[in-house]
Amino acid sequence: MTDTSTTQVRVRATPEIRRARIAGIILLVMAAFVFWFFGLKVMGDLNATFKLTLPTDKIQDIKMILNTRTLAFVVAGVLAFLSGVQLRKSTEKRTNMAVGVGFFFFIFAFLAWAAAGKSFSLVGMLRSTVILSIPVTLGALSGIMCERVAVINIGIEGQLLASAFTATILGSAFGLWAGVVGALVVGSLLGLFLAWLAIKYQVDQIIAGVTINIFALGITSFMAARVLRKAQHLNSSPQFPAIKIPFLADIPLLGSMFFNHNFFIYLTFLLVIVLHIAFFHTRWGLRSRSVGEHPRAADTVGINVFATRYRNVILGGLMAGVGGAFLSLTQVSRFEENMTAGIGYIGLAAMIFGRWKPFGALAAGLVFGFARALQQKLGILATPIPSEFLLMTPYLVTIIVVAGVVGKATPPAADGQPYLKE
Amino acid sequence: MTESTDTNLTNPEKSPPEKPPSNLFARITGINTGWIRSLLIPTLALLVALIFGAVFVALTDLEALALLKEDFGGGLRLMAEGVGLAYKALFTGAFGSVYGLSETLFAATPLLLTGLAVALGFRAGLFNIGANGQMLIGGMAALWVALHLNLPGFIHIPLAILAAIIGGALWGGISGLLKAITGAHEVITTIMLNFIAFFLVEYLLTVPVFQEAGKINPISEFVPLSARFPQVFGADYRVSIGLLIAVAAAIFVSWLLFRSSWGFEFRAVGFNPTASRFAGMKVQSLLVLVMGFSGALAGIAGANQVLGFSPYQVTSAFAGTIGFDAIALALLGQSHPVGVVWAALLFGALKAGGRAMQASAQIPLDLVVVIQALIIVFIAAPELVRAIFRVKPPEKEKTQITKGWGG
Amino acid sequence: MVLELRGITKRFPGVLANDDVSLSVELGEILALLGENGAGKTTLMNILYGLYTPDAGEVLVDGQHLQLSSPSDSIAAGIGMVHQHFMLVPVFTVTENVILGMEPTIAGGFLDMKAGSKMVKDISESYKLEVDPDALIENLPVGIQQRVEIIKVLSREARYLVFDEPTAVLTPQEVEEFFQIVRGLQEAGKGIIFISHKLKEVLEIADRIVIMRDGKSVADVDPEKITEEEIAELMVGRPVELVVRKKQAEPGEPVLVINDLIALDDRDHTAVDGVSFEVCSGEIVGIAGVQGNGQTELIEVITGIRLSLAGTMSIHGQDITGASPRNIHGMNVAHVPENRQESGLIIDFTVTENMVLNSYYTQPYSRGIQMDWDIASQAATRLVKEYDVRTPSVDTQVSSLSGGNQQKVIVAREFDRDVGLVIAAQPTRGIDVGSIEYIHARIVEQRDKGAAVLIVSSELDEVMALSDRILVMYRGKIVGEFDPKKDSTTKIGLAMLGGTK
Repeated sequence: MTDTSTTQVRVRATPEIRRARIAGIILLVMAAFVFWFFGLKVMGDLNATFKLTLPTDKIQDIKMILNTRTLAFVVAGVLAFLSGVQLRKSTEKRTNMAVGVGFFFFIFAFLAWAAAGKSFSLVGMLRSTVILSIPVTLGALSGIMCERVAVINIGIEGQLLASAFTATILGSAFGLWAGVVGALVVGSLLGLFLAWLAIKYQVDQIIAGVTINIFALGITSFMAARVLRKAQHLNSSPQFPAIKIPFLADIPLLGSMFFNHNFFIYLTFLLVIVLHIAFFHTRWGLRSRSVGEHPRAADTVGINVFATRYRNVILGGLMAGVGGAFLSLTQVSRFEENMTAGIGYIGLAAMIFGRWKPFGALAAGLVFGFARALQQKLGILATPIPSEFLLMTPYLVTIIVVAGVVGKATPPAADGQPYLKE
Repeated sequence: MTESTDTNLTNPEKSPPEKPPSNLFARITGINTGWIRSLLIPTLALLVALIFGAVFVALTDLEALALLKEDFGGGLRLMAEGVGLAYKALFTGAFGSVYGLSETLFAATPLLLTGLAVALGFRAGLFNIGANGQMLIGGMAALWVALHLNLPGFIHIPLAILAAIIGGALWGGISGLLKAITGAHEVITTIMLNFIAFFLVEYLLTVPVFQEAGKINPISEFVPLSARFPQVFGADYRVSIGLLIAVAAAIFVSWLLFRSSWGFEFRAVGFNPTASRFAGMKVQSLLVLVMGFSGALAGIAGANQVLGFSPYQVTSAFAGTIGFDAIALALLGQSHPVGVVWAALLFGALKAGGRAMQASAQIPLDLVVVIQALIIVFIAAPELVRAIFRVKPPEKEKTQITKGWGG
Repeated sequence: MVLELRGITKRFPGVLANDDVSLSVELGEILALLGENGAGKTTLMNILYGLYTPDAGEVLVDGQHLQLSSPSDSIAAGIGMVHQHFMLVPVFTVTENVILGMEPTIAGGFLDMKAGSKMVKDISESYKLEVDPDALIENLPVGIQQRVEIIKVLSREARYLVFDEPTAVLTPQEVEEFFQIVRGLQEAGKGIIFISHKLKEVLEIADRIVIMRDGKSVADVDPEKITEEEIAELMVGRPVELVVRKKQAEPGEPVLVINDLIALDDRDHTAVDGVSFEVCSGEIVGIAGVQGNGQTELIEVITGIRLSLAGTMSIHGQDITGASPRNIHGMNVAHVPENRQESGLIIDFTVTENMVLNSYYTQPYSRGIQMDWDIASQAATRLVKEYDVRTPSVDTQVSSLSGGNQQKVIVAREFDRDVGLVIAAQPTRGIDVGSIEYIHARIVEQRDKGAAVLIVSSELDEVMALSDRILVMYRGKIVGEFDPKKDSTTKIGLAMLGGTK
């Protein structure tokens, strides 16, 4: 860029180069770790058996049997290669992809190590991954809906909790669909409340969101203790059954993962696609995004900034409402105090991880779902890793993401700022 | 907005600034409206929140609701009685007796410390939602010192508190550091660190270093006598020296913010980091320092939860929701140490009274959480309260603390 | 065919921004609206654009009264505005920005980008406004972004175009191209209102000039029949003295020495490209140049706010490469930053607090970390008096002071000690004439006391009046040194354009 050969230069490394270096070092450490810990430290004749079918499947007994040590050596090799690419002096690095692929192989080696000499239902874990990703993805979609019009929704957690609560009560009293409707209404109302505070009163949006969380936690716990304890019949909601998609559900592995679920899971995938198209290929999306990026510009071409924000934030609440209904009407039939336990916050993280894009949110949701599923299933394998540390991973990953280690995440330019007419 | 002020409204010849000189209190607090006005909104906010709380109590009174169908008036009366009973229990539980008052002070202690933590962050433009995590880590640090050092009380307790300060400061400092180096928004990182701290404590309470011998669930060993906070008003009252430490902390924070050069820097960075950098302040280091101080205060609160009261044994729930109550509290206290003291007393009273209410009127303690949430709404949106009570607005106010988060 | 504003009055708390202003523009005419900062031009145009509602008066097109309560009303009435700060979404493409608000769609809601792109191409061809419809705005230079704004306005079939300070952000070449575009629009029969405070530009382009002062329209003149001096007098209400009274400079030892300095801007482009110069004690060196040619970055590097990439800098022979702002301040450097509200002051702080903003940690204001606000307050009181800062009290928030008084707070803070080097960027931007003269006098006073002074200003007149020596900066390089007494404005202006000597 500059001809600096004549003077002494203190050249700063560009952020990309620095990131690539860090990624390279991390990958190298992972390679060494895999080589030594998963490879040399295990007995050479141990095999890991991964079951790829469920006992209920049409096609039975597909297994993948791998020698733990051999796999570890292969993975270490792959990681070392990826590390080399990152540390080499070149411009085209694709750091994110390398890190992603690296982690994928690392996890694979890890599973083979954890299941060494045992049999492990891979399909079960992947199925759980999909299920556990749903509320996170919906939470993230809620966040995207709001932040794309520059309203920060940190109240996803509260919206999920309150709508889950409503779904339980109305579901118990009047049936499944009443529960769904109730959850959607409550989610939307809390969206409206957030919009109202943020837009009409220009309340600091983070404070408004935190308030929703505290309020939802307080009111649901209060009602649970005061009402549900006495009226137990209101705390036992029916559950949505799984809908087997013909033919697709019989495909080994993929069928169990994606095509034998209750309708919420299909709905979520559909929502991701619909929102992607809506945001990036429709008039509505263009206008919404303009309001999030440069509200004044939107205003000067006649777009109603306030109405757009109200509408989207309410829709965001609606998304969280779907998530709440999912939690109450497919997961557990009883409402438990603080049953969301931070899913909303992870959804927020998934939104950032997914770069404020629907498909990104889904991918991030699956990553977080996987971490959760891994934690649940590893208990069965009795690995020496405390489950608490696995429980931490989604939160650690989030910090790593917002710290920009996995590339810079740029939110909508006006995010969090109230719009003031002159 | 600045743009239009500069080009249109600024006309020095014609419009000399007309604002009256603000008094010292206003200068220090940033509240331009004087004592009465600054108390008006919080008072009304509390009032409205209590009224809403009453409505919730009434509407969830199943017996009264059942009666309503047959005897409307009787149902209403029953509801009113229920509410009256609840609030009476709440009030007497908090103020009705010496014990009640002591319980209020007892409950206010950790609230005051964490409220100061959040308020300090607010002043520097940082939103510390992570007081809970900082409490947990600080508390565990104090617990380690308590369990593993064999010392006389007058050294043991200060040392444990010091450990809590360091633990909390480090945990808070992580968020400050991440913000300083990578720009990661502290709201996200502190929330995430809360969860991480929680699971870390869950884990630590299962290792022999902390776990009570012979237990399998995560619960700590009992704190030895030498590390327990002495009670101030005798064995019948739970108020410990934790309260004195909290009050001292309030005085310290007050001095720090308004009488020290560090506080000047904190406030400068809070208002305008760019100008602060131009003026030679090391903004990055300040972010770490503020989060460190904030975390340290929360850490002391953690020590109070661990060493301050019976049974002197903890589970991973020892921070409760105090870190979140603190946000409401800091807002209610307008991020001023004096305000935070009053807000902590109020919230302490709500908590102490709430426990009494739960015991005698069977109203779940969670009502207090609802009331607190409503208080934040009304404090953060004073126009709402003004609309209800038709109070004229003051000249200027600001609740915008955070801006969007950069990646 | 005429657009008229009749008797417009607009009041803000404490200020009468527009006082019975009337003007009109016909199709095919270029009307310039000229006035100082704060004269009420922008307010007037915001009324025309439906952003403000006037307290009195009306807007008419062809004698028809218009009810303008939002920008859409103005757009519908054929009025288009090119804002000073572009109303473009940086992460959108040119087409997306143009169609925003009037998107062509297929099947109800789906964007028809082909139609949009064709619309952009059609307009850009028929008005000779060359742009790539698929380029992202954030990747385009400012001049092209302005074209997009114009296309946006034209796509809405505007007949009257309002340009608010359109040349403020443009390089000289871009200004030339812009004027051609404006003339093209005029030939196409559009009515144009050109808002500016730059006298020379207005004389070049306008058919008619309306001059505003203190919210009133004070004159409606033909540029052929009036001199520059007369216009200037009308703008400020009294004869303007563009000359700063000062003695012959007596330069001494070099104070600031810069060699081969290279620095990047925020987007990692080279902003300062091998700059070398020195400033001696007892002289004022002015850096002239169109905004955005690296002056901002140069000053930031010298004052320790931005890291340099290469080169050396020294003050009084001491190397300052990599020194912090505080180190630099400690070497008796006074820095008046370019943007007073963003980087010079903390406007929520009081006058006292701002007065000690970079000395609060030193004696006597603090001992250890304990501050003594009484002493600070006394010092502030003294400075307020000495530097003629008009404020009700030193406990007043700076945000409630006027721009000129805010700037005086900075000058007081920076000049109140034994200053060896003064670095002042845009020291008088956007402030009233009285304050301008006052600050100029203070700067000359520093020079006469023996300080080395470095001034950066995008106003050539200011640089000419103040400097003993002028350096012209163009695209990150110093392209020439001039003597304000001998060299003409034209000659320096040519250098600013990047022309060869």
